[in-house]
Amino acid sequence: MSNWVLKAEGLSKGFTLHLQGGVRIPVLRNAGLVVAPGECVALSGPSGAGKSTLMRLLQGNYGADAGTILIRRTDGVVADLATASPREVNALRRDTIGHVSQFLRVIPRVPALEVVAAPLLARGVTREVALNRAQALLRRLNLPDRLHALPPSTFSGGEQQRVNLARGFIADFPLMLLDEPTASLDAANREVVIALIGEAKARGAALIGIFHDQEVRDRVADRTIEVAPLREAA
Amino acid sequence: MSPGDESILDEPILSARNLSLSFGDVRALDEVAIDLWPGEVLAIVGESGSGKSTLLRVLAGEARPDAGAVTYRDTTGTVLDVHNMGEPALRRLARTEWGFVRQDARDGLRMGVSAGGNVGERLMAVGARHYGDIRAEASRWLERVEISPTRIDDRPGLFSGGMRQRLQIARTLVTRPRLVFMDEPTGGLDVSVQARLLDLIRGLVSDLGIAVVLVTHDIAAARLLAHRLVVMRDGRVVEEGLTDRVLDDPRHPYTQLLVSSVLAA
Repeated sequence: MSNWVLKAEGLSKGFTLHLQGGVRIPVLRNAGLVVAPGECVALSGPSGAGKSTLMRLLQGNYGADAGTILIRRTDGVVADLATASPREVNALRRDTIGHVSQFLRVIPRVPALEVVAAPLLARGVTREVALNRAQALLRRLNLPDRLHALPPSTFSGGEQQRVNLARGFIADFPLMLLDEPTASLDAANREVVIALIGEAKARGAALIGIFHDQEVRDRVADRTIEVAPLREAA
Repeated sequence: MSPGDESILDEPILSARNLSLSFGDVRALDEVAIDLWPGEVLAIVGESGSGKSTLLRVLAGEARPDAGAVTYRDTTGTVLDVHNMGEPALRRLARTEWGFVRQDARDGLRMGVSAGGNVGERLMAVGARHYGDIRAEASRWLERVEISPTRIDDRPGLFSGGMRQRLQIARTLVTRPRLVFMDEPTGGLDVSVQARLLDLIRGLVSDLGIAVVLVTHDIAAARLLAHRLVVMRDGRVVEEGLTDRVLDDPRHPYTQLLVSSVLAA
C-alpha cells in the first residue's frame, strides 16, 4: 500500500512507574499498522491488550519509546508524529488528526456550540460559518437546541458523547481516531454515527477505531487489527 | 504583517539560554533554557521554591541572572538582549509590547486610581491622547473582563479579589501586547472565581494571539491554557513538552509525583 494516510512501524511503549519503585510495565512491542484513504480499521483485542495505548500514541498523547508514526499531511508532506516537536504535533492536530475520545474534557463555562466549533475556529474559519456548521451537526446528532448554548458539564454521558462526536467530525480531518464512539448512544444516534463514518470514508478519510459494539464494528470496519497482550516473560 | 501571520514564523519571540542564578547557597536557576514562539502559551509548573517565579522575573528583565542570556525578537524582527538593552528601552518594552499579570493584583494596579484610569493609563503610555476615546476603550475592556462599566469610576480597593484580577488583565491587555508574563494569576482566589478567570484568560489569549509565559502550581490551569509545559524542580527544567503528553505520560519521577498528587475533578 503506497497511498496510505498513516503508516506506523516498530512501535514500542512501556511505562516506568517511579513512584512504585521503578516498576516497568511494557504494553506494546513492535506494533504497526497502515491505513489507506477511505478505509476504516478496527482495533480489537482483550481489555488491557494496549488498544487505547496505541490510540494515544497515534494521537500524540503518549510518546513512543521506539518506532515511527508517519502521517501524510493535507499538503502532502509526510510527518513523523513519533519524533515531531510539540508545535508540530499541535499543527497536526489542528489540520490532520481528528480525535473522538470516550470522554469529553469539559472546559468551565464554554457552551456546547463553541466546544464543537473550536476545531474550525482554530483553522481560521469565520465564527458564523463555524457556529452554523456546529449547530447543524449537533441537530443531526439529536442534541436539543436548548442545550447548544449551555456548557456540557451538566449533560448526561450520551449528550456529552454527542458533543464530542460533533467536535471530531466537524472539520473533515484526513485521519480520524475514534475511541468507543458509540458507547453511550441509543440506537437512533448510533445510526447517525455509522452514517458520519460512512461519509468520512467516502470523502477519503482514514479512520482507526475501537468499537466494542460488534454490530457497529461489522458495519463500519473494512479490516480488523488484533492487538495482542504482551506476555510477561517475552 | 498582521499579528495573525506571526504564528507561522519559525523564529521564537523569546529565548533564554544557560540561565543560572544563585541566592547564597541556593541555586534558584541552574542552566535553564526556554524558547517561546509567537501566539504560544508556555506554562512553567513546579512547587514553591522550584525557581519558577525567579525564572519569570529573569525572563521579564526584572532580575539579572549570574550567567546566561534572554533575547526578545521585537515587532521589527530585531533581536534584543533583555539584560543589556538599558533601563529606558526595557521600560518602553514593558509598557508597549509586553505585559505582566501579577499574582496580587494590588502589585499590578494603581490602587489610588479609578478602574477606568487604570486601563486608560496603559493606553496613554502608548500614545493615546483623546480623553473620550480612552474612556470609551476602557469601558469596552471592563465589559470584556466582565466588570460592569458603571464601576468605571470606582477605585480597585472597592472591588473583590476576582474583580481586581480581571481589572489587572484588562489593564495589561488593552494595549494588545505581543508577550505577557503571568505569575500565578489565579493564586489566592476562590475556586469558583478561578474557573471564571481561567476561561476569560483562555478566550482573550486565543482571540488576541498573545504569547504567554504562565507560572503556576495549578496543573489544571496549565492543562487548560498551555500549548507546552515546562516542569521545574530545584532550579532546573526536569521535563518539558506538549502539555497533555507531559501530564498524561510523565517520564521524570518528579513529574509523576506532581501529576499523581492532583485530585481528579
